[in-house]
Formats: sequence, C-alpha cells, structure tokens
Amino acid sequence: MKKVILTVDDSRTIREMLRTALADAGMDVLQAEDGVHGLEVLQSAMPDVIVTDINMPRMDGFGFIEAVRSNDQYRAIPILVLTTESMDEKKDRARRAGATGWIVKPFDPVKLVSAINRVAA
Amino acid sequence: MDTMAAIKQTFFQECEEQLAELENGLLAIERQEGDLETINAVFRAVHSIKGGAGAFGLDDLVRFAHTFETTLDLMRSSELEITPALVKLMLRAADGLADLVRFSRDGADLDRARIAQLNGELSRAASGEAAVPTIEAAAPAAPAIADEPAADENGFTPIRFSLDDLLGGPAFSADETSANAPLTVRFKPKPELYAKANDAVVLLREIRRLGEAKISCDTSEIPLITELDPEGAYLSWAVELDPAIEEASVREIFEFVVFDCDLDIGIAPEPVSATILTLPEPAAPAVEAAFAPAPIPQADTATVIPLAPDREMTPTETLIKAGQAQQPAAAGQQTTIRVDLDRVDRLIDLVGELVINQSMLAQRVTEAGIARLSEVAVGLDDLEHLTREIQDSVMAIRAQPVRPIFQRMSRVVREVADMTGKSVRLVTEGEGCEVDKTVIERLADPLTHMIRNAIDHGLEKPEDRVAAGKPEQGIVRMTAAHRSGRVIIEVSDDGAGINRARVREIAVKKGLIEANAQLSDSEIDDLIFHPGFSTASSISDVSGRGVGMDVVKRSIQALGGRISITSRPGRGTVFTLSLPLTLAVLDGMVVTVSGQTLVVPLTAIVETLQPKKQDVHGLGDTSRVIAIRGSFVPLIDIGRELGYRDEEADPLNSVAIMVESENRSQSALLVDGIIGQQQVVIKSLETNYGHVFGVAAATILGDGRVAVILDVDAVVAGSRADTGRSDISNRKRNAA
Amino acid sequence: MMHVSEKDVSANSELIAFRLGGQEFCVDIMSVRDIRGWTQTTPLPHSPEYVKGVINLRGSVLPVIDLAARLGFRATEPTARHVIIVTQVNNQSVGLLVEAVSDILTINAGAIQPTPDVASDLARMFMRGVLAIEGRMISLISLDCVLPQNSESAGTVH
Repeated sequence: MKKVILTVDDSRTIREMLRTALADAGMDVLQAEDGVHGLEVLQSAMPDVIVTDINMPRMDGFGFIEAVRSNDQYRAIPILVLTTESMDEKKDRARRAGATGWIVKPFDPVKLVSAINRVAA
Repeated sequence: MDTMAAIKQTFFQECEEQLAELENGLLAIERQEGDLETINAVFRAVHSIKGGAGAFGLDDLVRFAHTFETTLDLMRSSELEITPALVKLMLRAADGLADLVRFSRDGADLDRARIAQLNGELSRAASGEAAVPTIEAAAPAAPAIADEPAADENGFTPIRFSLDDLLGGPAFSADETSANAPLTVRFKPKPELYAKANDAVVLLREIRRLGEAKISCDTSEIPLITELDPEGAYLSWAVELDPAIEEASVREIFEFVVFDCDLDIGIAPEPVSATILTLPEPAAPAVEAAFAPAPIPQADTATVIPLAPDREMTPTETLIKAGQAQQPAAAGQQTTIRVDLDRVDRLIDLVGELVINQSMLAQRVTEAGIARLSEVAVGLDDLEHLTREIQDSVMAIRAQPVRPIFQRMSRVVREVADMTGKSVRLVTEGEGCEVDKTVIERLADPLTHMIRNAIDHGLEKPEDRVAAGKPEQGIVRMTAAHRSGRVIIEVSDDGAGINRARVREIAVKKGLIEANAQLSDSEIDDLIFHPGFSTASSISDVSGRGVGMDVVKRSIQALGGRISITSRPGRGTVFTLSLPLTLAVLDGMVVTVSGQTLVVPLTAIVETLQPKKQDVHGLGDTSRVIAIRGSFVPLIDIGRELGYRDEEADPLNSVAIMVESENRSQSALLVDGIIGQQQVVIKSLETNYGHVFGVAAATILGDGRVAVILDVDAVVAGSRADTGRSDISNRKRNAA
Repeated sequence: MMHVSEKDVSANSELIAFRLGGQEFCVDIMSVRDIRGWTQTTPLPHSPEYVKGVINLRGSVLPVIDLAARLGFRATEPTARHVIIVTQVNNQSVGLLVEAVSDILTINAGAIQPTPDVASDLARMFMRGVLAIEGRMISLISLDCVLPQNSESAGTVH
C-alpha cells in the first residue's frame, strides 16, 4: 500500500522538494504550511509519517509535535523534523518534544526516503 | 522545464516574498511597532532563504544568510539589545541579502566587498555584544562567516559533540570488525522510544534489509500481567549480523533512538540465552502485536487537539497567540492560484477579439435596418454589457498591487539618505492600488529616480531645515490612487521646492531659453523635463547626481502615461504620474490618411487644429512649417512619410495634429481627417512579421480591419532625417 | 513542432498545389493552418511590394505575401476568387496570396527531384525541389524564405 506522508513546512520551495522526492519514491504526499494547518489536515487524514519543519509561523514544529503526541488518535504517527545543519540542540529539543527522528537540510532524497522507512511500519 | 528548475523558480519567487517580509518586519521594528512575532517572522524569512539556498548549493547565499540569521537569533532571544543602529545594520544586511538572491538568480551585479563588509559587521554585532561570551566572541577578528552554531532562543549555546564519540567511535570502526567476526547488536528499548513513535519492529526490519541477520528476543523481563505497565518496555533483542554488513549502516538505523534505548553494537559475541526467534518478513501478527508502540503516559482523552506549546510564554507572546486564534482558517484555504502569464495573455487576446466581434455584429444589425427596440437589438445591448464586463475582469487578472514597487523604494530612500547625510522618512499610501503587471515592472526605474531627486535636490540639509523652522527629518511621500480609469502616483517632498531662479539660470546658460524670456512659474518648473537641462543621459545612470528628469518623462510616456510637476517655495515639490491601468489597450485618436485608417496615441497629442492658408509656409524645397502662436512648427505629411502617396497633401483640406515628441519639440502631423477618439487593443506586428518603421503596433478596429498605430517619435525623427539625409532616412529607404 | 523540415517529407506526404503565373506550385500540407478567401489588407508603410499588408486572423495580425510577386512574377491583382493560404513558418504565421487551390497531392519522398540547374537564383531560393506527376511539373516551395528577412523589414528599429 502507498505510504501517505504529511509534510509541514512554511516554505513553498521545501514543500515542493519534499513532494517531488516522496512522489518519486511512490508515496502520497499531503501538505501543510505550519503547525496549525498541519493539525487541521490531521483532522481528515491519517498519514503514515509526518515530516515537519521547526521554524514556522503560528505554530512551530515543537508545538506541533507536542500537540500530535498529546492526542490519542495521532500520537503513534512517527514524526521526522527537518533541521538546518546538524544543530544538535535543535534535534535534542525536537526529541524531547516527541520527534521520532530528524532529517538534516539540505536533504538528499535517498536519505529522506530511508529515514522514512526507518520509522514507518 | 525539469522539476528541479521549476522548484528553483519557486524558490526565487519565494525569496522575493521573504525579502519583502524581512524588510517590512525590520521597518516595523525601526518604527518601534514590532513585537516578538515580528522578530520571529524576520528570523524565519532569513532562515527560509537559507534553507532553500542550501538545497540548491548556493553557498554564498547560505553563508551570508547564516551570519544574518545568527545575529537575528540573538535579537530574538534578547541577548542583543535592539538599538536603532542595530536595526539600520539589519536593514542594510537585508539589502545585501536581496542583492545576493538576485545575483544567485540571474547574475545581477554584486558588490562582493560590500557583502563581505556586512558579513563582518553582522559577526561583530553578534559576537561583540553577545550575553553569553563564546570563544569566537573573544577573538578580536571574528571570522567572516560564523560556522559555529549560535545560541538558541533559550539562550543556550550548544556544544558540538560527535555521536561517534558517544557510540564508541573509531575504536569499533567497520574496518577492524568486518574481517570475519560477526557484528552483534544488543538493543533494549526504553519506554521513551515507543513514546516517540519509534518502533522496534521497524528497526529490526531495516536491519534485516542490510543482509542476513539472526535475531533473538529476550522476553525474560516481561512481568506478570497484573504488574504489566502498558507503557513499559520489557523486551530486548540480540542480533547477529553477516560480517559483510558495515557497522556504519547499522548505526544509521539506530540514529534516531540512541538516547531512548540501551544499545551495544560491536564484535564481542556473547551467548544469547533467550529464545531464538527469527523475524519473519513481514512481521507475523503476533510479534507485531507484542511490539506495538504502547500508548503514551498522561493520556489525554479530549478529541480536540490542544494547541498548547509547553514553553512559557512571555506576555507579548501570549497576546500574539491570542490574536492569531482569530484567523485560524485562513491558512487552510487556497485563496490564490498561479497561472502562466501566457495563458492570461491569450485570454486577453481572445476577449479583445470578442469585443471586436460584438461591435461588428452590432454594426451589421444596424445596417440590416433592425429597430433599436427590437428583441435582437436589446439582446445585443446585453451582449455588449457582458462583453465589456468580461474584458474588465480579464484585464484585472494582470493587475497587481503597487506594493512591491513601493517597498523597493524604502531601500532607495535609505541609500540616498545615507549618501547625502540627510534624515528622511518615507511615507506610503495606497499600496493596494492595482495596475498592470508590466506597468509596475517598468515603473521601478522612473520612481527610483524621482525618489533620488526628491531627497538629493528636494530636501534641504538637516541644519537648513532646522534654520527654516522645519523638523530635521524630511518626509518623502509616495501615494497611489485610482482616478477615472487611470492610476495616479504622486511623489512629493516637504523640501524647499524648485529653486526657480537657479533653474532659469541653468536654462539660460544651456541655451534652452533666451535670457529675457517671459516664463510663468509652471513653465520654469517644466524646464527640468527638458533634455538639455540635466547632464545625465541614461536612466540606468544611478550613480549620477542630477538625474535627467527628461529620461523619467520618456519612460512614463512610453507606458502611455504623463508626468507633471507642481512646486511651492519652502513647502516642497509634487510629481504626479498618470498611468493607464493596462498596456493591452491604448487611448488613441483614429484618423484617416490616403484612405487608410491610423491610430495616433493620445499621450503624444497636444492639440488638433485646422491649418489656415496664411499660417503655412514653405521652407526650402520640400519642407513646410506652420505658424502657431508666434512660433514655427514643422509640418509632417503623414501620407508621404508613410509612403501612402507621393503628392503633397493640401493643408487646407487637412487636419494638423500637434504632437510633442522625444526631445519635447513640437511637430504638426498632417492627416486627412479625424474619425474620433477610441480605446484600442494593442496587437503585436512583430509576432508574425517584424518591426515596421513609423509603426508602433497594430490594432483591430470595430469593422474587423487591422489599423496601424503610429510611432510618433519615429515619424518625427524620420522626417528630420529626410531633410538632413542622415542614416535613419537611408535605413528607411533600404526598407522600402 | 509544426514546422516541417526537408527530411521530414518522407513517405506519403500530402501537398497542396496551386497555380501562379501559369505554373504549378505546392506546399507541404503540414505547414498549412487554414485556407480563406481574399479580404482587403491594411498596407504596411515602407514594406516590399510583395507584402500585400496585414489582415485580422481571429484576433491576431497576419501578414499576407503576394507569392507571385515574391517569386518574381507579375504582382497579383487580387479578386474574390483568390485565396490566402495561412501557413506556419518557424514560429510565425504567414498568409500566401495565390490563385485558387488546384489540387491535393499524395506523394512519397522519392518523387521529389532536385531543382534543375537551369532555374534562376530567385527560383532556387524558394524551391525545395520539383515533382513530376502525370506529366505535370510542380515546384515544391520552401516557406522559410518567403517572409522578408530581418535585414529587410526590421532594419529600421530605432
């Protein structure tokens, strides 16, 4: 079955790159522009994996992860965060918020897909 | 276009939006209207540009954005005090970032020295005043590009460490282990691993993908069912891997979970005493059930997702969040779509054709003698209304707010203010006013020059302003508004006004007017549009002072617009631009010449008149002039000029159209008759043919016939050349 | 693309034939967009004699070339019987004023012979080759050179 991935990023460019890479790997892609929008999308969809940015308007990645983790319906969805460089502190904070894993921007499509495979059942 | 190129285009479009956001945010902060969210938005804009730039390997851009972002981050975390000087630096850095983006996009000019200097200033700002001193901060010459991660929003400066050190590092490198001994993995998840939606089964499955693996599960720690914590973690695994498998790839699989499990990867084989269980693929249901991630503690049964982030909010932040809650749906709905410009233009073309067809039909109906009140004629009236409405709506698709161009001007103001040592505030109004996309694009240069002029020549020096009882800071105002089907843009300053005595003096010195000429105030003001008045000759001459207002006037006229000036001594100067809403149509005067129908652009026309016998005089063997209010104006016979006929037109049976051309000189165009004024849709002649001398474009009139639109400047220049035998006439002859 | 290059004229091309000054000519049907009756043109200033002017073709401005004059024959005095063959040349649309269309031919590439040496320079400039069909000789016109080149029409860009 096709995996469904929700990508949450305020940058159209990054959203497009994610969509291209994931679609090439045969996955279905849902898109949201920030945390609040991401939660709205979740009300009508159950993705296999969420890929989210950290710096976003309205609700940032940390807030979004915490919101997902504190909801019974979505808490089991693996979440990968997108971070620039290997900011260890950011990763750590994302982990504490409940992130399943991380992807370092700029990302390599192959690594992205392998990271998703590492967390998706 | 391949996918990457398309995404890159998206990236650069987005960069422009981020740059605008960045500048607006910084300007708001400068006006002390910013709050925490403003700084966050500013930070995100730079961060976003950096992120995309990284994806495309735009290293210069990434480096500069990184330094910029680092400084902004310190502002965000209040480690750097926000001073006017710092905001000024940020604004200059924003300009630098914009230059870098445009350089990366299309190789625009880039002042690398300036970028390097800004980079240095940003680094110094970040390090010199950082609340938590870092090693870089102590170094006197901070590195141009900060490579180290900066303090985060909580004020922690992260310490870099390598995961290799934690996990054993090179001591257990693949080289040493892969010889023959099997690689073993001991893996005991903690409850946190499941809480983060990681899954032991998935990890083990990924290991199996690497190659042959013998997996055993230790179930010895499972407690009695009564003592079992559903959120607990009781299982552990031992894996024996094919020696060919590299340790690094195994470590990569556990990358996300190293902190949430006991993990031991190495070559020390220990006997595994538990039940051997080979993991099937796909995992058997029983196993899957056993490994299913346990529910997270503090289970929340509410069905509504709480939007609460757990970090403490500052009062401002709380306010911002509250304010945002009022517009939650906005982001979820798509309110705009992106459409290829060609499609819009095709639509505009088709609608233009529809308008022509409709009027042809109306003409036929009238010719057929059908009564005006008949059902056919009434239906036709409705059709006409609808057609006009469709045309207006379609034209509106190309319309865009003038906002971006207004925003660009704030940078010009900063730069010129810095250069001239004047204190200036830019006030803008009517940014939402919409004009055709092309008009907006072509307004940038003239507006830049008008703003430069307003600051450089219009505003007084701060000390002079104070002496005149004015505030030290000058105001440049830019407004846009719709007025009777055109857009009016005004650029005004509260400076000293035009120095008429000086203008007069220059004009006399340059031979533009006689020393004793009687001129009204507005005639003197108008002299600044005279091509001979200023020295700069090209609109791209941005470094030149005393930029030529004649060039500005030409640019505005080329857009089918007009420019005028009013000035009051001691109070300031106002430049008023009147522009068409679209370039697809043109206001024209429809005239006849030798049986042909022509359109003369209305913007060029000063007046029309009926020549009288006593006013027309011959000059030399071929030229004629007409006397108008005491001055002699060359008479240009359009029929001959365009080669429609050889014999001279009789001025007494013709109409003279007074036009003002390129060099502000007037000429009288002789045509056979005037049909009327009309808005016409501009059609390209170049698409299927090529440029034709004396013709600006073509149009299709109500009868369905093509008519050419006269290129007034070319015809006037051509007629001069005919008498002067210059190369224009030679070229024209070659063409014929 | 729309434009047909010489090597594309392979097996079973269709050609539209017409008469000019007592001779027969043809163009590849792949480059023909439309055939319409003669309508009065709007003359263009300073244009060569063989450019009859422009007409409105569904909202765009279409130049019309008097093909006879272009090939060095006497200029055509257009009447209601004349037709305009609307062709696509490179990315431009051009109308060719000819006497009525006489035939539609199906040929294969082998039927096209090189233009005989006796032809004038002007003829060679516009001919891609000749066809012998049922004893008639039909010249295949190369549309590339029909429109005035930039050196002629656009030499006065200021």
